[in-house]
This record gives sequence, C-alpha cells and structure tokens, in this order.
Amino acid sequence: MKSMAELIREHPFAAGLAEAHIDTIAGCAKNVVFEPGAFMIREGQPADVFYLIRQGRVATEVYSPRGGAYVLNTLGANEILGVSWIVPPYRSTSDARATDQVRAFAFDAVCLRGKCEADPALGYALMKRFVPVLVQRLSSARLQALDLFGANA
Amino acid sequence: MKHDPTRLQPVPMRVLESTPENADTTTLVLDCDPSCPIVPGAPGQFNMLYAFGVGEVAISISGTSDDRRQMYHTVRAVAPVSDALCRMRPGDWVGVRGPFGVGWPMLQARGRDVILVAGGIGMAPLRPAVQAVLRERAAFGRLLVFYGARAPRDRLFVSELARWESSRELELGVTVDNGGGNWGGRVGFVVAALGQAQIDPARAIAMTCGPEVMMRAVTQHLLDRGMAASDIYVSMERNMKCATALCGHCQFGPEFVCKDGPVLPYDRIADLLTVREI
Repeated sequence: MKSMAELIREHPFAAGLAEAHIDTIAGCAKNVVFEPGAFMIREGQPADVFYLIRQGRVATEVYSPRGGAYVLNTLGANEILGVSWIVPPYRSTSDARATDQVRAFAFDAVCLRGKCEADPALGYALMKRFVPVLVQRLSSARLQALDLFGANA
Repeated sequence: MKHDPTRLQPVPMRVLESTPENADTTTLVLDCDPSCPIVPGAPGQFNMLYAFGVGEVAISISGTSDDRRQMYHTVRAVAPVSDALCRMRPGDWVGVRGPFGVGWPMLQARGRDVILVAGGIGMAPLRPAVQAVLRERAAFGRLLVFYGARAPRDRLFVSELARWESSRELELGVTVDNGGGNWGGRVGFVVAALGQAQIDPARAIAMTCGPEVMMRAVTQHLLDRGMAASDIYVSMERNMKCATALCGHCQFGPEFVCKDGPVLPYDRIADLLTVREI
C-alpha cells in the first residue's frame, strides 16, 4: 500500500515540489470520499481545509433564498478546491458540493499553516502553487461576468 | 482572369430545412445540387447570404452534407438581415455569393493533434473542421474540442454534441458561463476547461473562433503552455461587405479579413489584436 507522500507525489500539484516538502505536507493530509450532493466546504466557515481532487466533479456555489444555488464554477480531477486557507482571514467564500462521487486528498490547513510559518521555504513553495490558481480563477470569473457569448457582446 | 459570377452576383438557392438551434439562432440547409454554381466551401470559409429585399450579410459555412449536396449556415438573429434569414422556412429562396476567404488549415493539421476552441456562435465555423477530421479520422492525431456557451439552453448543435460526447473519436469539453436547472456539466470559462486537458504543444495545431476577448485568452493560454504562435489560428470577424477585398470595410491593418482571412495565423495578427483603433 502506498504511503500518503507517495500518493501526493503522483498528483500534478506535487510536480516540482521538493521531496522534503511533500513529506511535510503529507503529514497534514488524508484520503477522503464524498458522495454526490455532499458539502465539502461551507461559505463563511473557517477555511481549515483544502482539497486536491483526484476524481469526480465539485460545484462551487453561492446560495440565494430566492434563486437557490448558483454555480460559480465546477472543478474536476487534478484541480485544487479551497484557496482561502492560505490568505487571511482564512474564511471560505463559497459552498463546495460534490456533484458526483469525489475522491480527494484533504489537507488540514491549520496544521499546514503552522508548518509554513515554521518553514518559510515551504510557505513560499505553496504560495507559488496557489497564487496562479487564484489569478486564473479571477480571470475566468471576470470573463464570465462579461457575458461574452450573449447577443450583445 | 476568368470572371466568376458567383463572386459578385447572388445565386438564388433554395432553403431545404430551417432548424432552430436556440432562442435566437437558426441553421439553414441550402440545396447545393450539382447544377448550382455555388460550390460547398471549405471549413472556415463564409458566404454572403442575401435576404431578398432586406440585405446581405456574411455568414460562416457551418457544415456540408457528406455528399456535398447540402450546405449549412447557422445564423444568429441580431439585426434585420440576420433576423430575416432566421425567419426563412423550407422552400424560401436566399441569394448566395461565395464561398469566400481562407479557411481552417486542414492540410497543415494532418498528422497532428487538433485543438478546437469555440465560444458561442463561434461553434458554427468550427463545426466543419470537426466534420473534416471525423471524415478522415486516421489522417489526424487527437481531436480535442472545447466549447464555451452562455448557458445550457444556448448551446448549438445539441444532438451532435451528444454524439461527440459519447464518441471515442474526439475529446469534448463543453462548459457554460451560467449553469442552473438540471445542468450536470462543467461551469466556468472555456479557457479553464482547456487548462484541464493534457496537450503536447509540439504536436498540436489549434484553431479558435469566438469573441475576440475569448480568442485572446485562449491564444495566451496556449502560448503559455508552449505552443508556437504560428500553430494557432484565429477566425476574425469584421464588417464584410463586398467580400472581394475592394470596399475596405473589413480591413484589419494590412489584412482584408474577407480575402486574407477570416482564418489567420496568430503570429500574423498578434500585434493588431490589442490595437483599439482598428
């Protein structure tokens, strides 16, 4: 049976990450499975976890009492779910719900933040992996908001 | 040079079918029998369609039948001419000039992985490229098709998309900006879907059609992943009037989009795409 560190090494997230850093973050990780419809993250809650999705699809949503759940985007295999853990105030900004069975690595963000504080090189390495994700998602959200495919675009 | 009357004088062609794709877009099937002087165009080319008494507009060819006796045009009703075309019914007549312009680089694509990225109505000009690859499947490498739509109800060619989805001949990624209802597919901008695909930048050739803002994002993404600018082709849209590079309405820097395009290699126009004045 493969160790958690070995499993994480196979995920694209780990590409280029130092061996020692993989071993360190593996100590904060565990395997999780969510059934369709299960919430993985709740809006407004402390961002004390992030996931590396291995399989399945997740919808990030905001809920409106009138309009119901509005899907902001969907994420799939090899993507990162939950980026709020790395920047204050460490609070989740949307719900995340499995739309089919999801298998993922779940990272204890409190544990990982402590290790990043103790080892700035690890913190920087992780920051370099999360900031591009933030920028890409911001860019996508802006382009979605432009309604480019509407008749009047 | 021999005078080709189909360049300047509309040829009446009969509408065989008129199929609504969504609330504002219709696909017209035109009768292209062997006696018709209009020949079915190549993927990426366009025709000038004339709604008699209303006006003329450039419309991309969105497909041909396997026997090349029927030609498809998918029209979005956004102005009086396109609205008149969308209201046409079987048996009506439409004036056609064409085919015009430079199409998709299907010859250069042979033997390579083909990445197609469409947004909105941009799926219409790319559909013939998909069909061309599928007709000679062994001549090409992987076929990856990414399609971004506003919402599930705005997708074009829904039954064809379902066939492609279940086909092993291609890899399809459909994403919508706004989900909702029973949509179980991907939500997000089309570039995010493209970003999830494994590609071999040295082996791939890419073709994209959609709003220019989208095409710029797609192109930048592909460049970032190591593709050469000369292997990325974009389909430009400008105000085509004469379609013969005489009137200048579609001029884009040194290029006449109607004659030199609409499909152009990115490296030829990269510096023009962010110039607001043109």
